[in-house]
Formats: sequence, structure tokens, C-alpha cells
Amino acid sequence: MSMEIAIPQPVERENYLNKEYGALSWLLTTDHKRIALLYLVSITFFFFIGGFFALLIRLELLTPAGDLVQADTYNKLFTMHGMVMVFFFLIPSIPAVLGNFLVPMMIGAKDLAFPRINLLSWYLYIIGGALMLHCMLTGGVDTGWTFYTPFSTNFTNTKIVEAGIAIFIAGFSSILTGLNFVVTIHRMRAPGMTWSRLPLFIWAHYATSIIQLLGTPVIAITIVLVAAERALHLGIFDPKLGGDPLLFQHLFWFYSHPAVYIMILPSMGVVTEIIACFSRKRIFGYSFVAFSSIAIAVFGFLVWAHHMFVAGISVYSALVFSFLSYSVALPSAIKVFNWTATLYKGSIRYDAPMLYAFGFLGLFTIGGLTGLFLAALGIDVHVTDTYFVVAHFHYIMVGGAVMGYLGGMHFWWPKISGRLYPEGWARLAALIVFIGFNLTFFPQFILGYMGMPRRYYDYSHMPEFQVLHVLSTAGSTVLGVGYLLPMVYFLWSMRYGKPASDNPWNAAGLEWKTASPPPTFNFDEEPVVTWEAYNYEELDAPPHKQEVTVG
Amino acid sequence: MADSSTIMGLHQEEEHHPELLHHFAEAGQQRDAASLGMWVFLATEVMFFGGMFCAYLVYRHWYFGDFGAASKSIDATLGATNTAVLICSSLTVVLAVWAAQTARRALLIGMLVFTMLFGLAFLGIKSKEYYDKFEEHHVPGASFNFDHVPVPGHPGEYANPRHAEIFFSLYFVMTGLHALHMIIGLGIFTGLLVMAWKGRFTPEYHTPVEIGGLYWHFVDIVWIYLFPLLYLIDRHP
Amino acid sequence: MTGHESAKSPLKMYFAVWAALLMFTFITYKVAFIELGPFNAVVALVIATLKATLVALFFMHVWHAGERLIKVVVGGVVFFLLLLLTLTMADYLTRPWS
Repeated sequence: MSMEIAIPQPVERENYLNKEYGALSWLLTTDHKRIALLYLVSITFFFFIGGFFALLIRLELLTPAGDLVQADTYNKLFTMHGMVMVFFFLIPSIPAVLGNFLVPMMIGAKDLAFPRINLLSWYLYIIGGALMLHCMLTGGVDTGWTFYTPFSTNFTNTKIVEAGIAIFIAGFSSILTGLNFVVTIHRMRAPGMTWSRLPLFIWAHYATSIIQLLGTPVIAITIVLVAAERALHLGIFDPKLGGDPLLFQHLFWFYSHPAVYIMILPSMGVVTEIIACFSRKRIFGYSFVAFSSIAIAVFGFLVWAHHMFVAGISVYSALVFSFLSYSVALPSAIKVFNWTATLYKGSIRYDAPMLYAFGFLGLFTIGGLTGLFLAALGIDVHVTDTYFVVAHFHYIMVGGAVMGYLGGMHFWWPKISGRLYPEGWARLAALIVFIGFNLTFFPQFILGYMGMPRRYYDYSHMPEFQVLHVLSTAGSTVLGVGYLLPMVYFLWSMRYGKPASDNPWNAAGLEWKTASPPPTFNFDEEPVVTWEAYNYEELDAPPHKQEVTVG
Repeated sequence: MADSSTIMGLHQEEEHHPELLHHFAEAGQQRDAASLGMWVFLATEVMFFGGMFCAYLVYRHWYFGDFGAASKSIDATLGATNTAVLICSSLTVVLAVWAAQTARRALLIGMLVFTMLFGLAFLGIKSKEYYDKFEEHHVPGASFNFDHVPVPGHPGEYANPRHAEIFFSLYFVMTGLHALHMIIGLGIFTGLLVMAWKGRFTPEYHTPVEIGGLYWHFVDIVWIYLFPLLYLIDRHP
Repeated sequence: MTGHESAKSPLKMYFAVWAALLMFTFITYKVAFIELGPFNAVVALVIATLKATLVALFFMHVWHAGERLIKVVVGGVVFFLLLLLTLTMADYLTRPWS
């Protein structure tokens, strides 16, 4: 197949991109690959909106005085930053873009099990997103992305109900994506694609889908209750009636803690694929990596109250939750050690996807380890609601999830677009993102440990923090450049990039055995799998052995 | 060439089953996918209602007597009748599935109609209950009134109206969302009725009836728990 | 079309389950009016669970499901629901001030 590409062809092969043209062929498509691109455009849009809010936050904190925006504007800025980034970028990012594109191809299916529901989920996302935009433009919300009661139900006069409905609808979209993945992975695997031959990307997405399915409905009902309390004057969390605002936090974090794993697990799946490919080795401890994904999904549901240690929950249950929180470290550590062991004695190549994967490894480890600090009851009381927490979860969500997302976008870009991105620029961007990220968020660890509270727009009574804030703001502009660069050269490469061969990385995996870009039904012939996942030793073996797979 | 001819062959084969979608290899795979999809969806529904049951559990534990007093003000006979109505509708649903499996079109249509009639009866009784609550000023909000209602089992004690208001908030949210699910179910069954009328279902293809039935049974199960929790606590004198 | 299914007809089972469900409803309704102390709630919940199990096993065909997967889905979601309830109650039941 690679021979065909080398010969200049007058007619392009028919693929999912050039099969049909026109807006309707995209807006009414049920092709999972086209829907993935619809998601790509929409989440990129929301990413830059959320990023814009982040930049304003950093600019405000450049000086100790509150001089750029007013206090309530600042509250709205960090609230909308959080809501947009969490619900409209991070949660759909890898699953809805890369997962949508790759899950059917990796398991050898023609499409997801329910293509029309897949399209529906994108429309739900767009409806939720449009509501969120409208909410932003007409005043926004100032409660923080957590909607904590009773402030959200009884006191604030911002657009809680509208934002709640937006997130409810976006949550439905997330549920439908998870449902589609679970059914697809169970029912649509090609002959020979057994569970132990699945790429670990699939295992990661399976675990992610479990969380989406079991967690999202709980936040949905919680938001419904908050909206009902505001709009219909029911009283579920209302302290005036004897209701318990902490009950809201329990229900909220039952979803929102596992939601962190919705963001990080797919990223782990991406990184596993990249590390195996660019160190030319079978992943070390396949089944441990596979089951640690499931373990993270399950343990993720056991730890939520560590967000509430200072909120007034029982000290006994705080102890239990503190202890359980450590249990998530086990499967996470298993993954990190197995990736490291895979690198050991591999023939490592430093292409852009691998640079992002290395970035992920380091940043996720820092984020995870500081998470252990926070799981410890005593330290958590000290650093709750400081920049230490902010830095910690940005190391996981940005250093972990976004790094993996960008790495995956680079790794699979030749497959998605049929073009190669400019490697030199990509490596530069990866470096800029890494430096910018650390410059932004490492100072925040120190700030938080010294006592800088989060969600303050004015720190004029502690001007000694300014140096670190300036560093952080400087870093955020570097990071901004690092995020803009890939968007520019990806767009550039769609027109001017060199045509990609079917398997430019010489990677294992079914998605590389079809054309770039793939035909509408993914494979010209239904694949039959007779090999184990990550058979890089076979792929790199001397050519006379390779004839079997080429023919 | 060989590739394209096999693909052509596949397409011709598919034309034998008009309901088989292109991305499935065979009808069995499509049916299994649809059924698993509905089960997974019902799992999310369990967690959706689970959040409310969790809230109920917490407040029932805290405000035991007040919840008893509030519960006693609801008409348990209406609740029990509604339970029976829903159980009967579940029977007509399984009979409808059986009729579809055994190609009895008239029975299928009849059972679908009966199911919908039971569903409407349930909603009718429900609205009578809501109407009563409205008349008694038991709807949470400005005109809520629950003064001087004795706590069951504690003579001389009166229920705290504020805690009773929490009970009624939960009552209206839980039964309201359940009723919303019933209305959605009626919509689904209207669709099934149209399909059955057109003769779309055969013993080989009746997945929509099956998964629509699963949904209906699930809504029934939610009610099976709502009934004792909302109507039957502390009924005894 | 008409002959073969009567041998394995599940109709009898459906009607038996329906009758059992109605009977349980009647029992739980009547028992609620008898003073049993804390056991009123226990009886009500046990009967509700019995009824729900009957519906799931026989009306929703979990009993006859060809594969284990459906049973795993049902068991799994019950597990996570109980997780939500017990870990939340773990807080409420051990608060010294409430």
C-alpha cells in the first residue's frame, strides 16, 4: 500500500474527507471521523475562549492591586474559565475527538455502534455550548465552577439556571459518547480482536466511559436540584429549611472527582500508544496497564470527599476518605512505572508526539505526587483553597490531559488529515508548551504553600507574592504562544503539508493498516486480527519476515 | 478489484434485511448492540435517580418524625392504586414483546395501546394527588403551610414545617421526574405503535419493542421504590 | 408460526410474576398500617427490592439473558449506587454534632 503513495497519482483515492462536499455533508454526517472533526473545531473554539479568560486572570494578578477588573468581574472570569475548560474542553477533548476518530478504527469496526446517537451527542454539545456562550455574554456566573450552595441557590443573582442547563445538556452529550464507546468496544470488535489484543488506548477509553456513564447522571440531577431550588423554590439544600449545603458537595464531587479521571485516563491511553511506538517496544506489563485503567475508574469513585476536608464533614469519614485517596496512587504509579520500563532499552526517537509524551510523564508525576500531599488530611487543611491546589490540578489537567491531547493530535494528524505536520515547528511548540507550562504553574506551588489564597483578585496586603505572580503571568503568555503554534501549522499543513503515507511512524495498530486519510468505512476489507498489540519486534524484524504482513 | 467485488457482494447481502444498518455485520450483532445500549443507558438512569435517593436518605435520617408526618398527609391508597396500575402496564409490555416475537400483530397493537392507557391512568391519578397537595398548601414555596401536624408515634409533638417542606421538595422532584420519564415512555410507545401499525416488526426484527419495554420496566422499578419511601413510612396510627 | 411456541410459552410465568407483584403491593400496603417500629421500613424496603428483582429478572429477562454481560451491568450499577449511598451516609452517621 505504501508503494501506491510513492507514485504520483492523478486521482486522489476516495476517503472520508473528499467523498462528499458541502456544509450539509458535514452537519448531517454519521461518520465517526467527520463527527470527530466537528468536535475538534468546536472544542478548539471553547479552548481559546477559556484560555482568553485565563489570560485575563493572569493579567489581573500581575500587580498586587485589583486594577484591571472589579472583584465581581474577576469572580466571573475564573468561574467561566473553569466551566468552559472543564465541561466544554477537557471532558470532550480526547474522547470526543481522538476517541471518536480512533476507537472504531483501532478495533476494526466500520463505525461506532450508534452513529446517529454520536451525531446527536455533538448537537447536544453545541446546544449546551451555545447556551453557555449566551450565559457568558449576558452576565455569566460568579460562583466558581463548583456551584457551591447556598451561595448559588440563595444569594448570587447571576445566571445559575442557564449555566446549569448548559452543563446538563453537555453532560448528556458526554453520557452518549461514553455509551457509544462501551457498546462499540463490546459488540463491534473485528474477528480476532480479543480483549487482550486491544490497544491500551481502547482500555483507557473503556474506563473513561464507565466514569462518564456512572458519574455524569449524578451531577445532572444535582444541577437539576439546584435549578429547581432557584427557579421553583423547592428546598433541598436550603439551610433555612434545615437542608444541608454539604449534601450538594457530596453529590457534586461524586461526579466531579471522577471527572478528573475522565480527563486524564484518555490522555494516559494516548501516551501509552506514543511511548510504545517511539521506543519500538511492546508495552511493558500490558495487562497491568490495562487493568490499572479500570482500577483508576473504580477507585476514582471512592475518594470524592477529600475535596471537603475543611467543609465540615465528619472527621471519621474524612480519615477514611483520606486513606482511600491514597489508593488511586497505586494504579497511577503502576502506569508510570510501566511506561518507564517500556522506555528502558528502547530505541527511542524524539519526534514531537514523543516530546509531548515525555512532558506528560514528568508533569503528571508532579501533579500526582502533589495530589498525595493534598490527600493527607493535615497538609490539606493547611493548603486548602490556596494556589497549591490550583497548581496541583493544573499539573494534572493541563500538564497531563492537554499534553496528552496535543501529543495524540500530532501522532494521529497524518491519519486524520492525510498530511504531515512540519516536524521542526512541532518540536519547537512542544518545547515552548513545556517551558511555558512550568513557568506558569510551578511558581503557584510556592505561592500556595506560602499562603496565597485562590480566587483573590487583590493581594495588596501581601505584595511579596508579586515576583512569583509575575513569573506565572509571563509563563502563561509563553504557554499561549505554544498553544497557538500547533493550530497555525496544523491548518497550514492541511493545504501545504507533505502527503502522509499510510503508516508514517511505522506504528502497530489497526488504524495504521488503512489508508491516510481512511475511507468512509475505515477499511477496504474487514480486518482479521492474528497478532498481539504492540508487535513492534515483529514490525522491525528483518524484511524477509515482514513479507507476511505486507502481502 | 477483488476488494470492491466483495464489498458489492456484502451490499447485496444486506438488502435482504432492510433494517440492518450498514456498519453491522449481521442482525444478531445489531440487536445485541441495541440491547446493551439500552441497559447501559438504564444504568445511567439508576445513578440519576440515585442522587435523589441519596438526598432522601440523608434527610429521612435527620428529620425522621417530620418526614413521617409529611408522608402521612399523602393519600396512600392513590399511591397503591398507581403501583398496581404500573404493574399491570408492565405485564402488558411483556405481552407486547411476546406478541412481537411470535408475530401476533393484532395482539401487539392491543398490548401497546393498553400499556399507554395504563400510563395515562397513572398520570391522571398522579395529577389528582398533585391537585390535592396544591389545595392543602403542601407545595413548597411562599404559600407552604404545614403547621400543627402531629408527629406519628409522638403524641403532643408537632412536625417542623420547614423539615416537612424538604420532604415535599423531594416528593415533588422525585415523583415529578418519574412522571417526566412516564411521559417520555408514552412518546416512545406512540412511536412503537406507529411502527407496529405499519407492520414493521417481525419475529426476526423487533428490537425497538424489546428495548422500549426495558425502558418502561425500569420506570416501573423506580416507582416500586418511590411508593414505600414516599407513601408508606410511618403510616401506622 | 402458531404451533411451536405453545410448548415453551412464557405466558404462564408472566402472569405468575404479575400476580406476585400485585400480591406484594397489597402486603406492603397493609403492613404499613401495622406498628412494627423500625421494622416497618425494613419490611417495606425488602418487599420493594423483591418486586424490583422480579421485574428485572423475569420481565426484563435478566434471568434468561444469554450472556453474563447484562448481569454484570446490573450488578455493577447496583454496586456504584450503594457506594454513593454508603459513603455519603458514612459522613452523616459519624458527625458528632448532628
